[in-house]
Amino acid sequence: MKEDRVTVKNALVHGDLFTKISAVIMGAGIAGHKQILKGAVVLMMEIAFWIFMVKKGFYNLSKLPSLGTEAHGKVWNEAKQIYEYKAGDNSQQILLFGVITCFVVLGFIALWILQLLHSYKLQRMIEKGEEVPGLRKELRSLFDGNLHITLMALPCIGILVFNIVPLVYMITMAFTTYSKEGEHLVLFDWDGLHQFMRVLNMKGNIGRQFWHVLAWTIVWAIFATFLNYILGMILAMVINRKDTRFKSFWRFCFVLSIAVPQFVSLMIMNIMLQPSGAVNVLLKNLGLINEPIPFWTNALLARITIIVINLWVGIPYTMLQVTGILQNIPEDLYEAAKMDGAGPATIFFKITLPYMLFVTTPYLIASFVGNINNFNIIYLLSGGGPTYVGDTAGQTDLLVTWLYKLTIDQQYYNLGAVIGIMTFVILTIITLTTYRNSSSYKNEEAFM
Amino acid sequence: MEKKSKDNNRSPRRRIVNLLVHVILAVLAVIWLLPIVWIILTSFRAEPGAYTKTFLPKSYTINNYVKLLTDRNVLNFPRMFMNTLIIAICSCCISTSFVLSVSYSLSRMRFKMRKPYMNMAMILGLFPGFMTMIAQYFILKAMGLTEGSSIRLGLIIVYSACTGLGFQISKGFFDTIPRAIDEAAIIDGATQWQIFTRITMPLSKPIVIYTIMTSFIAPWVDFIFAKVLCRANADQFTVAIGLWNMLQKEYIYQWYTCFAAGAVLISLPIAILFLYLQRFYVEGMSGAVKG
Repeated sequence: MKEDRVTVKNALVHGDLFTKISAVIMGAGIAGHKQILKGAVVLMMEIAFWIFMVKKGFYNLSKLPSLGTEAHGKVWNEAKQIYEYKAGDNSQQILLFGVITCFVVLGFIALWILQLLHSYKLQRMIEKGEEVPGLRKELRSLFDGNLHITLMALPCIGILVFNIVPLVYMITMAFTTYSKEGEHLVLFDWDGLHQFMRVLNMKGNIGRQFWHVLAWTIVWAIFATFLNYILGMILAMVINRKDTRFKSFWRFCFVLSIAVPQFVSLMIMNIMLQPSGAVNVLLKNLGLINEPIPFWTNALLARITIIVINLWVGIPYTMLQVTGILQNIPEDLYEAAKMDGAGPATIFFKITLPYMLFVTTPYLIASFVGNINNFNIIYLLSGGGPTYVGDTAGQTDLLVTWLYKLTIDQQYYNLGAVIGIMTFVILTIITLTTYRNSSSYKNEEAFM
Repeated sequence: MEKKSKDNNRSPRRRIVNLLVHVILAVLAVIWLLPIVWIILTSFRAEPGAYTKTFLPKSYTINNYVKLLTDRNVLNFPRMFMNTLIIAICSCCISTSFVLSVSYSLSRMRFKMRKPYMNMAMILGLFPGFMTMIAQYFILKAMGLTEGSSIRLGLIIVYSACTGLGFQISKGFFDTIPRAIDEAAIIDGATQWQIFTRITMPLSKPIVIYTIMTSFIAPWVDFIFAKVLCRANADQFTVAIGLWNMLQKEYIYQWYTCFAAGAVLISLPIAILFLYLQRFYVEGMSGAVKG
């Protein structure tokens, strides 16, 4: 039967009086179908929503298209013969409250649909002569069949308020003139795709820097991910060799270095590699160099240094993570390869690596994403430097540290938001193409 | 087999390879441990200043630690420590309950929004965390949580509000607990809540401990969120910002050796926790594979 399906259309067409009333007076349908308290709560939420909209919401939404027009400033008061300071519009707040109001409206629409469907569902149950669950039974189900609602309500609210709303807010900034450029820090306006064009345009100053930073970000992520992965795996294999003695001692040495908090060890590295830092002193005292090595002031050298230090940070992690998986590789595969006369290199590239890639693709993607967004290592080691005059991005800046500089140091909020969106787009392309094809994503429950 | 491998050990080529491997491992171990040894020695260095002419200190003292823990005028380390401790305890409680709730629901329950939620978590994870943070700052500012001691509350929220997205490792662990246990309990009349609290949690001690510890450590090692939220409010600084400040131009000469002392003091408990936790970490990573 067509009207059996619980849809909004069916509820409006085939609903009884209560259900139809609930399209306007929300909760009426639920209350009319014997769940009075629940209906009352829904009605209260509707009333609260309309009070909010009348008091603040409509005003917030009405301001959104213009983002405010009144500059704050002095106004001559003819009667009192003095200048009066008048608070003007603050576009940033208008935008924020506008975005929040949009979310409230969306939530209200969702509530409207849900209560309508629920009312129709109850109506059908009564028509069929089924018993409508009472309040006590509903509450009990929140700790049994519907436990996930109880458990996930707060975390979801947290994610909505402190992750999704901020993200949407930040994304909208990309389409405005909110920036220190042109003094648009208090009053700003919608700007369409102008900032995106600026970033993508290779000939402009910002565009040139963007492509430069993007190239280095990808080179960095590839080196950081795969070098760590392969070298970490080799280290794990060397330690796990049958003939290696003191296995746990070696493991302990390497694990100790990641037990130290990363920001501490990165700051220590930064200090040690300064022109008069410990490494240069050591090399000088050994008579290997006369002039200090400019680890942080030469662009190429800084890049290499960062990748090498990242090896120091990352290899033990990989070693720790792959040790267990390495031992799962069937021994007979190796035996067979040895029979056929394969050398260690052939075995590694033909057996170990393909097997590991098969199992750890999600981990590899996660660490690639992590490396593209690796803020700490760049910020604490080189600070993005060396920076050429006239640039906002240094030679070792990743997209994410450039985003930091653009927003916190320069206050180019719109450009920062564009960079963030571009980072997301790039990561999405990379991830979607690989993640969804990986075996561990498809067979999430295969082992159960 | 046994005899063959013994023969291999005796063959000279095998011996040379073995020796080489151990020498390389030793060299690598030295490289990996050198910075740690160096910072510990520096924390006891008696000569003042940031940079010295020698790699190793000439004379040793314990004064750096004393100054760090008693000098409350310029950089108030004990206060930073208390700030961080309060934040860490609160956000640890919230994050742990969030992470465990979400991962249990996703692992054990089947509901309509399950896959959409997991996809959403993956998509949100692709945005640079920093991008969210700037907007989070504006929202906290609108809520009035960016001034004075409410910064602490703001930091707790920032550290714990979105932890529902980091369910992967504990979900992987829950997935390995046989479903037959749940089914037996359901036959005995247990509700899902009872299964969660009385069966799954006691069976998942390693991952519970792991979750508690990692969320406790997070505020100690985060640097950038705290810096953006605290700005110049020195009395709200966390340990990480304090240590970072000690290396800035205006402080480095006076505070460099104290920085080393602070780094050692902070790293020590975290390192011990980490060494204790690493087996859970490994289990979490390979748990799904072992089954």
